[in-house]
Amino acid sequence: MINVNNVSVRYVLGDFKDIGLKEYLIKKAKGQLVKKELWALRDVSFHVNKGEMLGIVGSNGSGKSTILKVLAGIMPPTKGSIKANGSVAALLELGAGFDGDLTVKENVYLRGALLGYTRDFVKDEYEKIIEFSELKEFEDVMYKKLSSGMRSKLAFSIASRVNPDILVLDEVLSVGDMAFRRKSEARMREMMSGGTTTILVSHSLSQVRELCTQVVWLEKGEMRGIGDTKTMCDMYEKYMKK
Amino acid sequence: MNLVKLYKRYKFVFAELVKRDFKKKYKRSFLGVLWSMLAPLLTMLVMNFIFGNFFGRTQEYYTIYLFSGWLIYQYYNDATNGAMNSLMSNAYIFSKVKVPKYMFLFSRVASSSINFFLTLVVYFVFVIAYKLPITWKFITLLYPVACMFVFICGIGLILSALFVFFKDIQYLYSVFTLALMYATPIFYTVDILEPGQRWIFYLNPLYYYVTYFRSVVIDGVIPALWFHGAMLAVSVLLFAIGCWMYKKYNYKFLYYV
Repeated sequence: MINVNNVSVRYVLGDFKDIGLKEYLIKKAKGQLVKKELWALRDVSFHVNKGEMLGIVGSNGSGKSTILKVLAGIMPPTKGSIKANGSVAALLELGAGFDGDLTVKENVYLRGALLGYTRDFVKDEYEKIIEFSELKEFEDVMYKKLSSGMRSKLAFSIASRVNPDILVLDEVLSVGDMAFRRKSEARMREMMSGGTTTILVSHSLSQVRELCTQVVWLEKGEMRGIGDTKTMCDMYEKYMKK
Repeated sequence: MNLVKLYKRYKFVFAELVKRDFKKKYKRSFLGVLWSMLAPLLTMLVMNFIFGNFFGRTQEYYTIYLFSGWLIYQYYNDATNGAMNSLMSNAYIFSKVKVPKYMFLFSRVASSSINFFLTLVVYFVFVIAYKLPITWKFITLLYPVACMFVFICGIGLILSALFVFFKDIQYLYSVFTLALMYATPIFYTVDILEPGQRWIFYLNPLYYYVTYFRSVVIDGVIPALWFHGAMLAVSVLLFAIGCWMYKKYNYKFLYYV
């Protein structure tokens, strides 16, 4: 079960970050320091029951990625709070944490460690991961030599080994070629079954319609609505056509 | 705070990050590791050749004297610079994966420490070659090394927090470390200053580590108790400031876009 209460996230814009210490101190002394605020999320609240699948839709820059980061625990909200019962696995950017100069095998361990797996777990699951990713012959090849399709297959294979209570997904369902996509979708369904609560961000409305039980629509950081999948998707589609 | 639990939870990711840094640095070659031992050796020989003629006349075992100073300084320089960059250069990871950011910092300091121990091996080869007596007192060298590790982590926490906001810190810091090199009696001896002015060395934390090494290795004397106390106090203080800054700022920069 997840409870999101009046969550707001504020970003800071302006020349602040590029100017360096010297200029910062000068501008501050002169009172010329420009700080612009940007609320990526404003008072977002929703509630997901155990075993449900919530979809989040919205156009670019609507705050979808930010809400996922908050849910994943990467970014604490500026205001408001989040309550989540159980273990959270967040698959945001699948490629993060891989190192080009290490081999595929070494990267499985590194990425597994970053995801919070134990060494024994990675050891036990290693064969399955490699088999699933169809990269058996590339085990000792440097990661940077892999094609982008191979990279995302590997990333998905590592990340999808867990069965968390809460699963946070950002557009990860569509990786690799057709055959792999089918395989990964089957694996995703497997992960979602058995009482897993899932939150999914997707640009593919058909995917959302197919999978989600409930949909939140965000626009410019604010909630346009929450409700059953069909109503919300229809509303969003109409808005997008305008 | 449960340190054991934290350790258990994160030891795998810590080990993997250290491995990553280490493998990248040495490009997985034996020559790479050898090179990291050879580089300080060559620098040492050059410095010994240049400065030995000036200071070697008054200072016994000048080569060891010089090496002790260089060893400590290089460790400090490499580790703090690495630590400063550690948050920024791994930001693309922890903005997507939930993992404590300090792991990247500590693992970077740890891989510098491994490097330091490799240099230490060369150092002891020199100590033996110069026929200095190896005694049980050498065990006490672990004390300055431990203090230094804590000290470096503290400095690293402060620098990395500043670095994410102010990119020019790295230039300021490289000027600072250069000044620090000259302010530390590495290649010259302390009698370059009048006895009344030497207090200036006492303000420099590196002075304590360097002096400790020289005292034990060259003179066979363990420094006084107050010396130990001063080292500990400075390390713990800097570490505490570092932790406080980390706690205050470690999330903040995620919001600066």
